[in-house]
Amino acid sequence: MLSLRGVSKTYSVGAFGGGRLNAVLDVSFDVHPGEVLSLIGESGSGKTTIGRMILRLTPLSAGTISYDGIDLATLHRHRLKEYYRHVQGVFQDPFSSYNPIFKADRIFSMVRSEFFGDVDGRTWAAKLDRALEAVSLNPDDVLGKFPHQLSGGQLQRLLVARALLLDIRYLVADEIISMLDASTRIDVLNLLADLKQRGLGIVFITHDLSLGNYISDTTVILRHGAIVEMGATVKVFGDPRHPYTQALLASVPQLHTRWGAEEAAHATNGSPQRLVEAAELVPVDDDHLVAAQ
Amino acid sequence: MALTVESLRVYYRTLAGDVKALDDVGFRLADGEIMGLAGESGCGKSTLGKSLIRLDGRMRYIGGRIELDGEELPIWDDEAMNPFRYRHVSLIPQYAMSALNPTRKIGRMIRELLRSRGVDFEAIRPELERRLDLVGLSTDVLDRYPIELSGGMKQRTVMVISTLLDPSLLIADEITSALDVSTQRAVATTLAGFRDRGFVKSMIVITHDLSVLYQIADTILVMYAGKLAEKASADDIVSAPRHPYTRLLISSLPEVGVRYEEHRLSGIAGRPPSLLDPPQGCRFRDRCPLASARCAKEPPFIEVAEGHSVACWEAGVEAASTPKPRERVEAV
Amino acid sequence: MSATIAPAAATERAPAKRMSGLRESLHFALRNRKLVFGLSVTVVMLVFALVGPLFAHHPPLEYGGHLSWSPTTRDGYWFGTTLQGQDVYAQFVNGLRLAFIVGALGGGIAAGIGMLVGFTAGYRSGIVDEVLNMLTNVVLVIPTFALLLVIASYLKVRGITTEAVFIGVTSWPWAARALRAQTFSLVSRDFVDMARLSGRSSWQIIWREIAPNMSSYLFMMFILLFGGAILIAATLDFIGLGPSNTISLGMMMQLSVQNAALQLHLWWWFLPPGLAIMAIVGSLYVMNVGLDEVFNPKLRAT
Repeated sequence: MLSLRGVSKTYSVGAFGGGRLNAVLDVSFDVHPGEVLSLIGESGSGKTTIGRMILRLTPLSAGTISYDGIDLATLHRHRLKEYYRHVQGVFQDPFSSYNPIFKADRIFSMVRSEFFGDVDGRTWAAKLDRALEAVSLNPDDVLGKFPHQLSGGQLQRLLVARALLLDIRYLVADEIISMLDASTRIDVLNLLADLKQRGLGIVFITHDLSLGNYISDTTVILRHGAIVEMGATVKVFGDPRHPYTQALLASVPQLHTRWGAEEAAHATNGSPQRLVEAAELVPVDDDHLVAAQ
Repeated sequence: MALTVESLRVYYRTLAGDVKALDDVGFRLADGEIMGLAGESGCGKSTLGKSLIRLDGRMRYIGGRIELDGEELPIWDDEAMNPFRYRHVSLIPQYAMSALNPTRKIGRMIRELLRSRGVDFEAIRPELERRLDLVGLSTDVLDRYPIELSGGMKQRTVMVISTLLDPSLLIADEITSALDVSTQRAVATTLAGFRDRGFVKSMIVITHDLSVLYQIADTILVMYAGKLAEKASADDIVSAPRHPYTRLLISSLPEVGVRYEEHRLSGIAGRPPSLLDPPQGCRFRDRCPLASARCAKEPPFIEVAEGHSVACWEAGVEAASTPKPRERVEAV
Repeated sequence: MSATIAPAAATERAPAKRMSGLRESLHFALRNRKLVFGLSVTVVMLVFALVGPLFAHHPPLEYGGHLSWSPTTRDGYWFGTTLQGQDVYAQFVNGLRLAFIVGALGGGIAAGIGMLVGFTAGYRSGIVDEVLNMLTNVVLVIPTFALLLVIASYLKVRGITTEAVFIGVTSWPWAARALRAQTFSLVSRDFVDMARLSGRSSWQIIWREIAPNMSSYLFMMFILLFGGAILIAATLDFIGLGPSNTISLGMMMQLSVQNAALQLHLWWWFLPPGLAIMAIVGSLYVMNVGLDEVFNPKLRAT
């Protein structure tokens, strides 16, 4: 189980580093095996920072993240590498995730040399074929090619295949389909949902509520680094209690309903003050918590 | 008719050959109409938008005719287009809000822009301030630097600037893509408001996001691989699309209220064809579930019902195997 | 209706007729006039430096007894003699060799330190970056001439290696700055994070992910440092701070000026070394401009 308790990230800003920016403020939640948890928020909500902290790419300012009871901050070098066998990430821009001067399948040889050094060629090829099959890619179409010769959808699937090679328990997917075309998006999304059926836990980071609603079991709504509402997806979407969640849902453009005329678009002229302290989460229902207002 | 486009062909010259970005495109836009231009990356929608104002040096005009308010637009000639730009046809380019000069205050930038167009800033200032107020911006925006404004504020500023001279046609290229959901709604409704207030006669809104178009556009034009696929009212495109591509596209969009366990959506396998050497016949053929032998001949873009044009041989055929548009799921 | 079309098989587009990255670069390289010109001149001078000394009839510092001869075929004094009777040709080819040695060694050392400091500062940022920045700035503002004068007064004998090392150790700051900036922009790319998620260490990432991405930049930077080292060496030699046990192109110019060669019309003494320095350094810079056009597609005039 992946556990976050009181996680915060603060940056010093301003001319001489005197100011403080709370990118993440006192965030706590759990991700269980085989569960998809969506971190939903707009830009500046801290969702990407949380994803990076789970992947140990950004250090925490306060709080703990534990994996199966072990505090991530205690992992270094060898043990950290072991952690990466269990938890991996895929990012938003498929073309930035690959070193453009090398072939795309170098990501696999990197994994092989770091984690599977003693596996022979034949076994590795079979393993690779299985991983590619799990993401519905034909090896002949994608191996031996440069990133610019492949499509965004193929590149993202290759990254998921790379993670599967490691036999991971949790995947952090940070906006992985937002840069893909609409017709390929849903296929990659379905892929994630299929993997969930096979026991993979997913932290699904997105700004798009319809995507979160489609595949996640649990939803966490973030605003300015703090949680405003969280719980079972059907409850958060079906019965939103926090005004921010309600405003978000009202602003989502739908395909068969027009925006209501009653809600005059509130013009956002500059951002409201960021919180200094996170509001306490109060349970309103079984598996449904809302920040006190 | 405000805008008429006939047989437009625009290619990009590259080392490897001609990329046929727009191949024989034609449509009409009425006065006061907001038309959404939708399609995926590489379909040619941005090229179409930019070719109407001729603002990209890499484009090569190959053929076709454009008429705005009865006058032909010389889109093959950069110089000749100058008097039309900004006054009659205006463009909000993609990434406009990131392209504001960071070292200029907004007011000064507008002054310089207007001077280059032969318009006196002081004379038009009262109108400018009125419009800024209308979109919800305070007039001291003119004294600020771009970095002091949020994304939504910058986008609205750019929108006001682009429509200051009341152009007949406004082309907005992906103006909501980089914005948060709440700001997106504000910007989209503001844009539609420009037409309602008469600042702009007609609009072409380019975006890949069909759901935003459904909210503000009267009609939607769907493009695929440099060709037009379907044009109809926003309601028809979404509830009764006829082109297989449009149908598959609509049914692949997740909406709030649809969950994977209840209804598994599917996408369109494969990729659009390369525009360097496009295939003969219908360009969607390789990915189309309804493809047949007659698709080897390219279907014309014709009107099959009132205000509804399609480029597909199968359009209108109600066979049992055609994909039905997804039933409206219980809204949240 | 679920689209159960076989994945991608029928829709793979025709293999692009693009050339591979390297082939494409070579195609443009051979057609770029600046590159071809610059490279040819440099190669010609290099060959001259390697092969020339084999044809010298006299050692460069030997006083042969024939004073101020203009270029002649007698006794093999093809470039004539100096006021003191030394063989100008022998001195010239010796100087050419030294120029290339100083360029390679001095430029190499500067490139090495520049890369070390630049990569580390760009990758690490934070306090490491601050410290390295301070170091770079300090070295940048040290008055090199003054320093060299002090060193010169302490060392009895200065060889070409000392000079090369000195140049290398004082001319790296601008390279470090440039590399730091380039590294910054690459570090924010996701493939660096991907390498970290694969368990790679920082140095592995710098050498195997970042540096190869900048290979054209590094190459061009080395060429600039090479040419710069030659120029600095010539300047130092000209003011008398050159190596004390041999003769270089800059020293030839210094001696010719000291001995009023211009007024005495001994043109064969200062013209060859001056032209040679100009040719080598100039062609290196021209070559660099050409390389920039080859590597950077946006600068190419298609």
